[in-house]
Amino acid sequence: MGNKKKNLTPAQQKYQGLQQKHEFKRPILKNCLRAFWVGGLICMFGQAVTYFYIYFFNFTEQTAGNPTVATMVFFSMLLTGFGVYDHLGQFAGAGSAVPVTGFGNAVISAAIEHRTEGFVLGVGGNMFKLAGSVILFGVFSAFVVALIKTILITWGVI
Amino acid sequence: MLAMFFWAFVVGGLFCVIGQLLFDVAKLTPGHTLSLLVVIGAVLDGFGLYEPLIDFAGAGATIPITSFGNSLVHGAMSEAEKHGLVGVLSGMFEVTSSGISAAIVFGFIGALIFKPKG
Repeated sequence: MGNKKKNLTPAQQKYQGLQQKHEFKRPILKNCLRAFWVGGLICMFGQAVTYFYIYFFNFTEQTAGNPTVATMVFFSMLLTGFGVYDHLGQFAGAGSAVPVTGFGNAVISAAIEHRTEGFVLGVGGNMFKLAGSVILFGVFSAFVVALIKTILITWGVI
Repeated sequence: MLAMFFWAFVVGGLFCVIGQLLFDVAKLTPGHTLSLLVVIGAVLDGFGLYEPLIDFAGAGATIPITSFGNSLVHGAMSEAEKHGLVGVLSGMFEVTSSGISAAIVFGFIGALIFKPKG
């Protein structure tokens, strides 16, 4: 940002000042409280699903996370399809985006949005438009971390 | 059991607050924020810090997107212990498979059932 500012004409700089003055001030505390309780409730619901899998399908505390995530993505599909998740996202911000339901919502809403362009090029091509970056950076960072750790273990450092 | 629900709420909520602060204070887009959180999750697991958090907070740690990075590293490491460096690639999606496949399957079903609004 700092770099861009230097190359502006005075008129542009003046406009930027004006724009900053009128920019909508974000109510940070209120947003954080909303994100906290909505995100917390989603995780609490996830905990209930986890217990469901532990008691009825013989998962352990460690492995139950896996089917729980799949179930949460399923609920996310229903909420996204009926248009509820959009409103939740407006209200809760990161509270609905950070839990894995937000990841599901990103995939599913992109899939639904592009169905008019056909199933192969529209749905297939755009499904991971938003969530692709999460997968890319997740996989790449996990690759680097696991590589370093494996090399350190083979060398006997840790 | 009730304590577990409480800690899931608090820890999960705190992850979301971190995300909200990245939105509002650091002015990152949701895409950048989620990518950053995934990387943080992977690095935390690299130092062995994420597993204790899951034991402590349950779904409070497995539901936020950071756990995606954690389970990627976990799958890669568990294969790497058996097969060495090749395992890093072959085991990458071992644990995360359900999240990704659920997203793909339900995403497609969603696109079949629902029509775009607005």
